[in-house]
Amino acid sequence: MTGEFDMAHDHSLLRDGYHAARWLEPLVMELGTPGERGVLPPAVEPTIAEQVGDVLKTIPDGLHRKDLPMLPELAQPQVLRHFLRLSQETLGAAVNIDIGLGTCTMKYNPLINDVVGGHPNVVQVHPLQPVSSIQGLLEMLYRLQEQLAEIAGMDTFSLQPASGAQAIFTNASIIRAHHKLNGEGDRRDEIITTVFSHPADAATPAVAGYKVITLHPDQRGYPDFDALKAALSERTAGLMVTNPEDTGIFNPRIRDYTDAVRNVGGVCAIDQANANGIIGITRALELGFDLCHFNLHKTFSTPHGSEGPALGAVGVRKEFAKFLPSPIVARDGDQFYLDHDRPHSIGKINSFLGNVGIAVRAYVWIMAHGAEGLRTVAETAVLNNNYLAKKLSDIRGITIPYPEAAGYRLQEVRYSWERLHEETGVSTNDIKNRMVDFGVNNYFTSHAPWVIDEPFTPEPAESYSKDDLDEYAEIVHRVAKEAYTDPEKVMSGPHRSSISKMDDTALLDPTRVVTTWRAWKKRHNAQ
Amino acid sequence: MSETPAHPYIPNSAPAIRKAMLDYVEIADVSELYAAIPPELRLDRLLDLPPPFLSEHDLRTHALEILSNGISTEDYASFLGGGCWKHFVPTLCDEINSRREFVSAYAGDAYSDHGKHQAWFEWQSLLGELLDMDFVSFPTYDWMAAASSGLLMAARLTGRDEVIVPRNLNPERLSHMRNFCGAGLKAIHVVGFDPSTGQLDLQDLQGKLSDATAAVYFENPTFLGTIEGHAAEIVAAAHATGALCVVGVDPISLGILAPPSQYNADLVVGDTQPLGLHLQGGGATCGFIASADDPTFAAEYPTLLETITTTEQDGSWGFGWATMERTSFDKRGLAEDFTGSSSGLWAITTAVYLASLGPNGIREVGEAIMQKSHYTAMEIEKIPSISVRATGTSFKEFVVDFTETGKTVTQINEALLSKKILGGHDLSRSFPDLGQSALYCVTEITPLEHIERLTSALQEIAT
Repeated sequence: MTGEFDMAHDHSLLRDGYHAARWLEPLVMELGTPGERGVLPPAVEPTIAEQVGDVLKTIPDGLHRKDLPMLPELAQPQVLRHFLRLSQETLGAAVNIDIGLGTCTMKYNPLINDVVGGHPNVVQVHPLQPVSSIQGLLEMLYRLQEQLAEIAGMDTFSLQPASGAQAIFTNASIIRAHHKLNGEGDRRDEIITTVFSHPADAATPAVAGYKVITLHPDQRGYPDFDALKAALSERTAGLMVTNPEDTGIFNPRIRDYTDAVRNVGGVCAIDQANANGIIGITRALELGFDLCHFNLHKTFSTPHGSEGPALGAVGVRKEFAKFLPSPIVARDGDQFYLDHDRPHSIGKINSFLGNVGIAVRAYVWIMAHGAEGLRTVAETAVLNNNYLAKKLSDIRGITIPYPEAAGYRLQEVRYSWERLHEETGVSTNDIKNRMVDFGVNNYFTSHAPWVIDEPFTPEPAESYSKDDLDEYAEIVHRVAKEAYTDPEKVMSGPHRSSISKMDDTALLDPTRVVTTWRAWKKRHNAQ
Repeated sequence: MSETPAHPYIPNSAPAIRKAMLDYVEIADVSELYAAIPPELRLDRLLDLPPPFLSEHDLRTHALEILSNGISTEDYASFLGGGCWKHFVPTLCDEINSRREFVSAYAGDAYSDHGKHQAWFEWQSLLGELLDMDFVSFPTYDWMAAASSGLLMAARLTGRDEVIVPRNLNPERLSHMRNFCGAGLKAIHVVGFDPSTGQLDLQDLQGKLSDATAAVYFENPTFLGTIEGHAAEIVAAAHATGALCVVGVDPISLGILAPPSQYNADLVVGDTQPLGLHLQGGGATCGFIASADDPTFAAEYPTLLETITTTEQDGSWGFGWATMERTSFDKRGLAEDFTGSSSGLWAITTAVYLASLGPNGIREVGEAIMQKSHYTAMEIEKIPSISVRATGTSFKEFVVDFTETGKTVTQINEALLSKKILGGHDLSRSFPDLGQSALYCVTEITPLEHIERLTSALQEIAT
């Protein structure tokens, strides 16, 4: 560490004067005045209107809409202003040091991705156009399939699933189709996962009809190998796990696990939604997996888009390719086509070809990096994580569970505020809410269940600078310190957000769930 | 000697910074951080990928050159629909869904992303008005996901495990149902329809209904474009056997067509792609599920649910995801359905669309669609040897039968393509009993000139 380096950053990193945009904006349903118009629909040519007459008369009896829907009536400037205010009250990843949402791989979404994804030959393409008219688009999708196959060590990729969960369900469906084809569909009815894998690794095989067995961590934080061996039997259909897990811990014996499952005839699927710490370092193939998936909206930088559109690309070894959802983009010489003629396919997972605009963006991102660049992505993400971990581990009240795990954590760490909670009464939820007051995202605690008490899972992807990491660590430090000196301040937060503390019970009580304004009014008026 | 420049997306790839960080972590080389990965599991080479374009300018040139090999519906007259429809997209929609705050946000809750949560609640609320229903889900992936989830909800709500769907269903949607509901449903029965009228075969439906039927599913307008005139009778028949009725609906029809709630549908599903979203190669889907505000139903929604509440101090609006224990995030291995990242940006876009159109706009757009679609069907009907099935009963799509021309739809569409026309979607494989037929789509933005170009081309091709 050079003195010069420290000197350059010897100033307060905290934004004590920060306040989020706070418009107190009414609901759009409450805005406007009858008679105002935001946009007018295209006019119908007089020739057409005259010749067809009153088309509404052709609507069968009883199927006319009698009353107009109670939509708001606003002029254009007021619509624009309303939604711009809502955008200002949204702390997207482009605006903040978005390290908090661990497991989500919040990284920079390059603007050039959207320039290419915004080309008319993507945006204005109809998915049922003849393939001869969309050769360029298909070529780009095909290239992406090939590149993802190399990155995963798999043979064939499908770009159809629209999310990580849908991709994992695709893999569960493929496992089901594989065993059914082998005449073992009824006998093999169990899928094994781990508690530190994403909930979808348990939920989607359950939806596919499987009994799900969940492995818990051993003392070092690895999935219990003895529990795996005890679970394996002729009923085992497969293993659906992630590695590194949510804890950031890489299981070095993963090959023993996959070998054991394959030895009893099971199929192994790895959830690589977040592959940001290992891309170009290790692959699904070398780890012994038959099936995998990547979230292109995470590792591959296509925007998360306020919860989608997203894309979970599924990759498989050759013998499983026949089960992939149809169609697959295929090549015949210099012509690209859509292969629908796949009798063993599990069928449709998502409409049409999936989110092609997202696929295009991922292709652009890969081509902005190349092999060396992708390796730099992974290495930098892991370096950032360990730099931040060293800083955070010095903070009073924070601990890093499973200290006996070998080596370093990769792309993230699941920390625990258990000690701070015991000593101050301040919870991880209090801390995450108070941290918003310093201009960063409300962080991710943990998926359910909370195996680690009072969890906190930041993930400093490669996009964050050393200054960003220092600032983030300083915010954590400040709030932790405040928990000891002024716990009420932390527990009553946030204080400088777009809104103050909500009545959270409304989010937990099923009788208080109100999903529309009309339902709110009805309930309110009834009181 | 020049060294490799830092990657523009990776600040800490600058050598001096990297060195300082390695020093801080007390390692000499970044490879030490991978000590947990045994050497035999590591890739011992660089990935075999094409050389990158490190300059944004070169990257743009490369990517746009590939994409330029093709055409879009902006270049050719398009009559394609079938679940992805080219409608009017107000500039407001493109502006708001390009806002970087929305584009780059993800799962943050209301304390960091209050505006995003409010916009989602508004999407649910605006759809509630359009559907005339009080309870609306968070967006699903698409219509097929909403329909399959709706059927599984019905099975749980009734304790039954069979459903009935119509033959005039998008075959891709049926394929999705068969895979998705493979474990949750014992049987999916398919009921016929009358090809001359496009209407569901009520007699066949009665024959298939039983005390095992959890739900009857149908769409209005149907996949083949006709308005289902027996909607109320179908719902009543389902209810008479204790089954629920799940209705799929094209929401842009609801300014002029009665929403399914008004003929007593229990669950309504569909997709808001027509409401302010471009075609996006089929990737602008945004499904929904809606019902009455009934806690029994609410408990079975597998999706996220955006709820409204107030703040403790000043009583202003707050929003958040409610009752997560319903969802696969909490249920894990006991889940009966699942959710994940879906279509949040498209939902925000649709909220902008509905707020812009207002009640009169949504009625006018529905009528304009019907006028143009009916006009096109009338003009095609005039061409000898080409017929329109179930003429005069459609909303925006209709089936054109080319069987009598002696040509296949493939041949017709190739000929149209040479005249810069994207002909209707070929139905001859999925609906062989309709002969050489294609599904034609006309919307409020199909110009008269395109319609004339089509009819004159068809006249020429058919003879």
